[in-house]
Amino acid sequence: MTVSVIQFGGSNCDRDAVAALTHLGVDAERVWHEDGLPADTDGVVIPGGFSYGDYLRAGAMAARTPIVAEVREAAEAGTPVLGVCNGAQIGCESGLTEGAFTTNRSARFQCEHVHLRVERADTPWTAAYDEGAVIEVPIAHGEGRFEIRADRLETLEAENRVLFRYCDADGNVTDAANPNGSTANVAGVLGARDSVAVMMPHPERATLPDVGGTDGQGVLRAFAE
Amino acid sequence: MTGYTATVTVRLKHGVLDPEAETTARALERLGFELEDLRSADRFEIDLDAADADAARERAGEMADRLLANPTIHDYEVAVEARE
Repeated sequence: MTVSVIQFGGSNCDRDAVAALTHLGVDAERVWHEDGLPADTDGVVIPGGFSYGDYLRAGAMAARTPIVAEVREAAEAGTPVLGVCNGAQIGCESGLTEGAFTTNRSARFQCEHVHLRVERADTPWTAAYDEGAVIEVPIAHGEGRFEIRADRLETLEAENRVLFRYCDADGNVTDAANPNGSTANVAGVLGARDSVAVMMPHPERATLPDVGGTDGQGVLRAFAE
Repeated sequence: MTGYTATVTVRLKHGVLDPEAETTARALERLGFELEDLRSADRFEIDLDAADADAARERAGEMADRLLANPTIHDYEVAVEARE
């Protein structure tokens, strides 16, 4: 498995993602977006950061680059694709996943640890957890509030495509545990296939034991299969 | 071909939370202004050449659909004027 971690101008979690994947024994390399997706790509991470300076909307510009069209084709062919933070914004902007991530309810950039409830354990991203498990991972975003049309949320939930919800330490999904005002406390969703996922919290920042917490490892283990 | 300026105004859909606008409104109130509500919008002025105003409007609308607006959270409107 060779994972391509796509680097745009303004990406800043690309090295973290490579370090975390390498720690788990996964072969991963950074790929500059203008060079296109390497032919031996078996998995894709769209990392966090501020691609294109968040111009227009976070992720809007990167979502319309040629490499993301290649990522969409790869995703449709079954290649696992994970978008984290800015990568999640790019995923929604590009149509890989539904909904949009927009300005936090607080109107502030928030950098803190949050709890997530694992909504499904039968996906590559969550196979390491039990359904209903609570994991602790960091968030670092100003535009992480999940928004979606009410009828599309109904479909998303009916199709069981919510992967993680913000919760308290005991797993209760409450408004107080919702850091950014996300609709239905949604922190991460699946695409049309279970092999495509986006999430605002950072699993790669909760993987190396030295930097505090390893609860995020399970998400990245999808690439170790 | 005629020169036109297409003005695309992108707004949050009614009912979508706008924390930036709320923060701006509070800042105006701190300055002593009285106001009921405040909404913000993005406005793009696009100079282009087209066969007629309808063609210019259509192209600007396509720009909004494909990039300027996000249909999950935004509505937009397009106005077209001939350029001097």
